[in-house]
Amino acid sequence: MSAASPEKLLQVDNVSLSFGGVQALSEVSFDVHRHEILAIIGPNGAGKSSMLNVINGFYHPQRGSITYKGQTRKAMRPHLAARQGIARTFQNIALFKGMTALDNIMTGRNLKMKVGFLLQALHLGPARREEIEHRLHVERLIDFLEIEAIRKTPVGRLPYGMQKRVELCRALAMEPDLLLLDEPMAGMNVEEKEDMCRFILDVNDEFGTTIILIEHDMGVVMDISNRVVVLDYGCKIAEGTPDEVRANKQVIDAYLGVG
Amino acid sequence: MIYREAGNYKTTYAADQAIFTLQLDRVFMTMVMVLAFLVVPLWANEYWLQAVLIPFLIFSLAAIGLNLLTGYAGQLSLGTGGFMAVGAYSTYKLTTAFPDLNILLVFLLAGFFAALVGIVFGLPSLRIKGFYLAVATLAAQFFILWLFNKVGWFYNNNSSGNITAPPRELFGLVVTGAAAKAQVRYLLSLGILTLFALFAKNIVRGRIGRSWMAIRDMDIAAEIIGIRPLHTKLLAFALSSFYCGVAGAMSVFLWLGSAETEAFSIFISFQVLFMVIVGGLGSILGSILGAAFITLLPILLTNVPLLVGLRIPIDLQKHIEQIVFGGLIVFFLIVEPHGLARLWQIMKEKLRRWPFPY
Amino acid sequence: MELLNTFFVAPFASMFGSPLFLAEVIIGGLLTGVLYSLVALGFVLIFKASGVFNFSQGAMVLFAALTLVGLMERGVPVWLALALTVLVMIALAWLIERLMLSRLVNQEGIILFMATIGLSFLLEGFGQIFWGSNVKRLDIGIPNESIHLAGIPINQFDLFAALMAAGVVALLAVFFQKTPTGRALRAVADDHQAALSIGIPLQRIWLIVWSVSGFVAIIAGVVWGAKSGVQFSLSLIALKALPVLILGGFTSVPGAIVGGLIIGVGEKIAEIYWGPVLGGAIENWFAYMLAMVFLMFRPQGLFGERIIERI
Repeated sequence: MSAASPEKLLQVDNVSLSFGGVQALSEVSFDVHRHEILAIIGPNGAGKSSMLNVINGFYHPQRGSITYKGQTRKAMRPHLAARQGIARTFQNIALFKGMTALDNIMTGRNLKMKVGFLLQALHLGPARREEIEHRLHVERLIDFLEIEAIRKTPVGRLPYGMQKRVELCRALAMEPDLLLLDEPMAGMNVEEKEDMCRFILDVNDEFGTTIILIEHDMGVVMDISNRVVVLDYGCKIAEGTPDEVRANKQVIDAYLGVG
Repeated sequence: MIYREAGNYKTTYAADQAIFTLQLDRVFMTMVMVLAFLVVPLWANEYWLQAVLIPFLIFSLAAIGLNLLTGYAGQLSLGTGGFMAVGAYSTYKLTTAFPDLNILLVFLLAGFFAALVGIVFGLPSLRIKGFYLAVATLAAQFFILWLFNKVGWFYNNNSSGNITAPPRELFGLVVTGAAAKAQVRYLLSLGILTLFALFAKNIVRGRIGRSWMAIRDMDIAAEIIGIRPLHTKLLAFALSSFYCGVAGAMSVFLWLGSAETEAFSIFISFQVLFMVIVGGLGSILGSILGAAFITLLPILLTNVPLLVGLRIPIDLQKHIEQIVFGGLIVFFLIVEPHGLARLWQIMKEKLRRWPFPY
Repeated sequence: MELLNTFFVAPFASMFGSPLFLAEVIIGGLLTGVLYSLVALGFVLIFKASGVFNFSQGAMVLFAALTLVGLMERGVPVWLALALTVLVMIALAWLIERLMLSRLVNQEGIILFMATIGLSFLLEGFGQIFWGSNVKRLDIGIPNESIHLAGIPINQFDLFAALMAAGVVALLAVFFQKTPTGRALRAVADDHQAALSIGIPLQRIWLIVWSVSGFVAIIAGVVWGAKSGVQFSLSLIALKALPVLILGGFTSVPGAIVGGLIIGVGEKIAEIYWGPVLGGAIENWFAYMLAMVFLMFRPQGLFGERIIERI
């Protein structure tokens, strides 16, 4: 298990996490392959968001380990995870409310910007060039996600669906290798969901980004994911292709509340 | 329909990122600068310069400093006075120990010392937020003043306990201390403020400013996109204290001429905080407008009753000032939490449509 | 080595050298601490019920004390003056709720905090305009003499102050635990929206809690004012209550009390045993430094709930 095979981007090994007396995750293991879309599903409170939080270093599991790009680690700070190419969006949108959509997305480029603060204060040559260079990149993403019209709007004023899109754009601005999406389609209407599905598939296709996503809409999950992991009460109860999972007895029981 | 965006095409991202994107804004700003640098020194008398304009410029700088920390990075500080004192006392020590050192360099070094002290008192900001942090900055305020009061080395053990600005020259002109002309001190203050305001504006519209605002708006999300919280907050503390430190140095060397720690008391911290609130949190222009408002207000309150022939006892006047200050703060927070800067913006938007109602 | 001695050996040596004096210092500190506790208590009440960090609590203490003394100076008997002051504080709470809080609903905590800074300026200004700004003596008829307990002199007045504080705390405990209003207050403290949705009138709750804080401010004002005179510096104890809150946790009533006592004793001991070495007047900053160091290790305070961050 320890030697990372080339197609495995991320390995989760026996991860257990508890808060006080509450066991959020117990002994969860699964692999994530490069370029795939992996869905994590499960009833409310199954530990799906906790799993994402463990992967990007926000929670530190009591036991188990995470191997990312061949490096095994027990605990790491979120900003280091970001540095290694893990980006995410949140269930309850976590945009910077006081900033415009453009500024929000530009923060996603922060890690790639290098010019020191003195040059920035003077706004001379390199600082100016860097700002424009990254703006170009960001504008391409804005174009890709079709949010040109709202770039100068403070995000607090945007409708929910647009905020979700800006948040995805900010995550993409980081040029991640691994993108974690926490319920990207929650609270959207059918049309917005279709748009979002298209964006996710395009990201996976065009940028080759590996995606882990949490989603409640089974139709969406079955349509766009390559593989599915099912969690229930913090334990993994099934893993496989959408069809395999759909036929799994335990999964059906968990969703129908039997056992 | 004179002030408008239509017809001002931006064809490059560079043009879109400029501070003043409209032609008319640039013209207006140039006029303000000409007025401030050329007309005012010729026209203003000693009283106006000493009692109004110089303190306004100095407090503008301090308010920009506090706004970087509180308005942009979201870290509340009640220690502004303390950081200003660090700047003032460092300048005094440096210029008395090395009389030949260029006074501008001394100001910069003093700002640097203030920045170091700011970093030390900013360290708790990694673990604590909001009001808790305000208490940590109060520790800075009280401890620093106590230190400068108790340790004679800081004021060269002179009997008065004051620090007095010695005369220092710049381009052959005496710029500090009692011998310096008010016009000269005004111009120097204005120059420093203009440069530093520009630097601040550049910082806040670039990468650093965005990471500050990200930390302010949602620190956890900021960390998850790769912003290092401690690093970012400490940079805010350092830069903010630097500005406050330079302002403190200027307030003794270009304005008061002589001061003791009382000149940097907790009330100064509050006053600068008020400037930031009234002017607008998260706005460089707002800091300057706020400073203008808060420096002018007491002068207005003193002179208006005199003009109508009313004589008010000094302590009553002080209480009235307190009430007006307090009332204004509450009023501004209720009506426009984003302060004068937002009002200015709204006015510009109205102007854009004028003379049509919408 | 000598430094080590002056800082870490000599102070302790002198503590154990005369335990009686140490006891006296500690008792003196406890009694100052009681006053800090009282001010901090007012903070906690308001913070718990409305999430407002009330910076103006100190100004409220000053305002209450000024009103009381002002009335007494005009020949109003003590009991009537007290009753009138209570009415004034309730009226004040009503005004604050009407003119300020109700217009700042849904604003961020930091905006509300700054609004209360403005409020404290207003209160200080108005208080001193109405009642004058010279130092006033508040005499409520408790002798300022010492009685001896086990050889330690205890000021009768201080004892009275401590008892009064204890009484207030007991009264508040009963109010919060046993009355329907108290229960509503705790509900509001837990969740504003939920409380509103089950029909608890938020505005009235705020009025009540600010009135109760006003009442606590009167007690603090009486005790403090009678001890060292009613004057502007009274409102500065508000600042001292901040480190107390840090120590105790913002939402804990026992925390406010224990925190106040710790700060009171701590700063007395520091001033007496370490003050001379450091040049004196370290009372000015000791409490803040203590709180700051404490924060680094336990950000939630002694009795505060552990902060679990969620996203």
